[in-house]
Amino acid sequence: MTATRLAKGGYIDRDQLVNFTWDGRTLYGHAGDSLASALLASNQQVLGRSFKYHRPRGLMSAGVEESGALVTIGRDDHRDANVRATTQELYAGLVAQGQNAWPSVRFDVGSINNLFGRFLAAGFYYKTFMGLPPFEWGSGTGMWMRYEKIIRKAAGMGTASRSPDPDHYEHAHGYCDLLVVGSGPAGRSAALTAAKTGLDVILVEQEGILGGDTLAQPQAADNLAEQIKALKDVGVRIMVRTTAFGLYDGGVAGLLERVTDHLAEPPTWMPRQRCWTLRARYTVLATGALERHVAFGNNDRPGIMTANAARVYLNRFAVRAGENIVIATNNDSAYAGAFELAQAGASVQILDARKSIPDAIRAQAADAHAALRTGAAPLMAHGAKGITALDIAEQQAANWREAGKTDCDLLLVSGGWSPVVNLLSHRGVKPVWDADLACFVPGQTNEPLSMAGSAAGVWNDNACLLSGQAAAERAVTHLGGAQGSTATPAPGGWQGAITPLYEVSVPGRQLKSFVDPQHDVTTEDVRLAHREGYVSVEHLKRYTTLGMAADQGKMGNIIGLALMAEALGKEIPQVGTTTFRPPYTPVSLGALKGRNVGNHFRALRRTPLHEWNLEAGGTMTMAGLWHRPWYFARSGETIGDAYVREAQTTRRTVGLCDVTSLGKIAIQGPDSTELLNRIYSNPFAKLPIGKARYGIMLRDDGFVMDDGTTWHLSESEYFMTTTTAHAGKVMAFLEELLQTRWTDLRVHVTSVSEQWAGVAVAGPKSRQVLESCVENAAAVSDANLPFMGVLETTLKGKVPCRIARISFSGERAFEVYVPSDFGPDIMDALWESARSMNGCLYGLEALGALRIEKGHVTGAELDGRVTIEDAGLGRMASDKKPYIGSALRKRPDMARDNRPRLVGIFPRDRREIFNAGSLLCAPGHIEGYGEGWITAVTHSPALGHWIGLGFISGGHSQWQDKAVVCADPIRKGNTAVEIVSPHMFDPDGERMYG
Amino acid sequence: MLRIPCPFCGTRDHSEFSYGGDASVEYPALEAPAEAWLEAVFQRDNIDGVQLETWQHLHGCRMWIVVERDTRTHEIHSVRPAHQGLASALAQSADPVSES
Repeated sequence: MTATRLAKGGYIDRDQLVNFTWDGRTLYGHAGDSLASALLASNQQVLGRSFKYHRPRGLMSAGVEESGALVTIGRDDHRDANVRATTQELYAGLVAQGQNAWPSVRFDVGSINNLFGRFLAAGFYYKTFMGLPPFEWGSGTGMWMRYEKIIRKAAGMGTASRSPDPDHYEHAHGYCDLLVVGSGPAGRSAALTAAKTGLDVILVEQEGILGGDTLAQPQAADNLAEQIKALKDVGVRIMVRTTAFGLYDGGVAGLLERVTDHLAEPPTWMPRQRCWTLRARYTVLATGALERHVAFGNNDRPGIMTANAARVYLNRFAVRAGENIVIATNNDSAYAGAFELAQAGASVQILDARKSIPDAIRAQAADAHAALRTGAAPLMAHGAKGITALDIAEQQAANWREAGKTDCDLLLVSGGWSPVVNLLSHRGVKPVWDADLACFVPGQTNEPLSMAGSAAGVWNDNACLLSGQAAAERAVTHLGGAQGSTATPAPGGWQGAITPLYEVSVPGRQLKSFVDPQHDVTTEDVRLAHREGYVSVEHLKRYTTLGMAADQGKMGNIIGLALMAEALGKEIPQVGTTTFRPPYTPVSLGALKGRNVGNHFRALRRTPLHEWNLEAGGTMTMAGLWHRPWYFARSGETIGDAYVREAQTTRRTVGLCDVTSLGKIAIQGPDSTELLNRIYSNPFAKLPIGKARYGIMLRDDGFVMDDGTTWHLSESEYFMTTTTAHAGKVMAFLEELLQTRWTDLRVHVTSVSEQWAGVAVAGPKSRQVLESCVENAAAVSDANLPFMGVLETTLKGKVPCRIARISFSGERAFEVYVPSDFGPDIMDALWESARSMNGCLYGLEALGALRIEKGHVTGAELDGRVTIEDAGLGRMASDKKPYIGSALRKRPDMARDNRPRLVGIFPRDRREIFNAGSLLCAPGHIEGYGEGWITAVTHSPALGHWIGLGFISGGHSQWQDKAVVCADPIRKGNTAVEIVSPHMFDPDGERMYG
Repeated sequence: MLRIPCPFCGTRDHSEFSYGGDASVEYPALEAPAEAWLEAVFQRDNIDGVQLETWQHLHGCRMWIVVERDTRTHEIHSVRPAHQGLASALAQSADPVSES
């Protein structure tokens, strides 16, 4: 193949020379080139090595369907593998490398695989790894385990960088009246027609410049620039380098905008790519059509490409791809290119598979001075690293026979055209086989969506314009505008009919004919799959991997279907087609994740005391989305030292803890009491004003949903607290009940979690600390604020606050809430006072130790599978009133005696440690799920050894004084434990009530 | 992505909403027998076609709504406030929130 850059024409800037590197060599192209056109103009023919057989591959197309020229772009961490050279715009300094080859794509040791084709046929992986014939000897041995690594290395594509992606990406959202996908003749006319009526139109084009198929045609009288100006003048929003990769429900399109992939030195502030969620009220798909290959011997040789590709290289990039050209076609579309290539100085022969062709088409061949053979097709290509000659076949009755040989350096193939129905397929619309046009055309849809141009099987340009116009008029009408008058052109438009041609072979001749070149699937593989019993296209696809490569069947699907249909003795529509799914072309994971990486992976919630906690030396940890203080280490302390000291200090003097993350809900209205009495399992009807009560909520199904305290503030107002984890869920459930089931209740619920900062003041000296901080010390006296008492008062500095004497730690304790903005100031005051009494700050770890000692449950225990009895709180379930879950909590299985019940756990040898997550088993029966599990462990400063909480069948009474094993097979091994009451410390609560 | 026309806010992405459940369920009175609750909580039809669903506009107005959705096509036929009183009030309103 001898390619030549022409002296004029094309959409390239000859004044701008652009250097780039291909496999270590510096080459030059022009601004406006694609990597493919620049490589072609530099006469680089072998651009890749195939997946399995390592066959040399060159350019097969000029677009997104490229299956030969897959290359790696960039170097080091910025490396991007499997990039189609045809879609990569050239920029100065671009570094490209061939892949799946060693030492290089031109000389590849792996090409020895080509000789072992028999062993690498369809189902290779299944057969070898399962020891099926002829690989029986590989079954069950360790050999294949070792070989697998080598095989996997030999078969493959480009290699990804192992480092984190250094580029950044972003997400964007957009809205428009009309989305037009594709800027060919149909897309441009659709966008212009709609925008003229005042619709807000977005036109997306995957290439770097607008034009679509127009770019493949001679520029001559072309007024593309004027047309683009007209689009801009009417306000069409144009997005180039943007692929509509998926269509979703509700008119939502996923767009991938490649922002800097074409720039030599992208500014650091620019994202590499941008993933758009676009909501369009109407969508016109003018996505064009892709030209098909034909299966014949060595049809994957470099120097064989689609006829249209050669036109694109010629007319858009001013590169004549060869000198001595054979064009093999079965339809009219290849003749225009024949003339243009001849005009550019090439000699052209045409093989037309059709027996008879219209005179006008014959005349076109004559204008190109092209030798024309009808009823002829390519049989086998010669040449090792590029085509040098072609065996020709001639039709005789129903078969082909050998009919001579011709030299050539470029073979162009047109096997017909396949409309790009992929995006419509994403909407669940099956394409319909059109036997006259030998292609799938779009099926019907009720969605606000139209196909236009060659994507709808309309082949000629003028009809495509009308097709776009008609689609735009449908959009205008749908959106409430005037009725249009343009008739939708029917599919087709060639002068002579196409003759279906999928494979050329002659009896008795072994050929390697590729169906899906990217995955090295041959015609024989398809037939083998059929012989081995695969009859469905879905199975065929998975067994042979046909259509599963990066091009997702754009090249080979139709040929594969046709071969399967032939083998089954059916027609193509009866065999069906596989469903195209998003994305249309590959989308980098980086673009999908956008900025949601690292710390931005999920939302972060900070309490108003966050900075205060940090300044006080707190180490933070995640609790759901919240950052909460974990422990406050003093110099030299480990986390273990710190939390034990904090828990100890709290029990001896006083400790302060930020509890802002608890959910807080304001419940207001005359029926508030009734709501609470229905939602909590324990009675709330008679809770006096100025008192709080611990309550348990069940779900409808009778299991525990959440727990917390609710404070009665006034006749019609309560303040509910929930666990940190379930705050959102409880709020949504209350709203659901009030809006769907109990619409007669006059209650309003408002989340006030963000409005109040909360501090737990716990320990024997907690009251003294409060006394020094409130304006009226008498207000917090034991008499005025007894256990479960609630007080609205003011702290020093006239800060309004709510205080309740409630305890999670088991000590005399208070929860103090102040409006969020006052949080840090109040913390200052409380801490100054607590410090003077040798108190401490404590974090989540000490909080855990204190509550485990007391057997108080949290989310670790209330995991959604626990009944109120399981949690040891059965006495809180009222029998005197109905409430949410009261009916279903009495199901027989939930009253089973041997249900797992909450228990405390001590190590038999008090010096031993054990882990949360371990199973509890009877000795000698360490199997299955055991008898229970451990939910939480801590070192108990109060008891002086490790303790745990967990659940075990039947609970404490069943296992008291019995030997139990804490099984932890993959971490620490087994530990002998004993089961105790969950109330491990101060079971009567003297410290709390006293 | 579904686009749900919230009766209060206009059409929004479904990611702003959270799915509730089967809106055709009539929850029994709290004191109703376990059998009635069993039916309401656990027995669900798996509808191939149009069904009524509750959704909450969680990241919007927080209102619970009833959505009539076709499970085959994801087409949404109607949306109304779950609260009957609000639904009637909105239906009578002279200036309903327009779609889009």
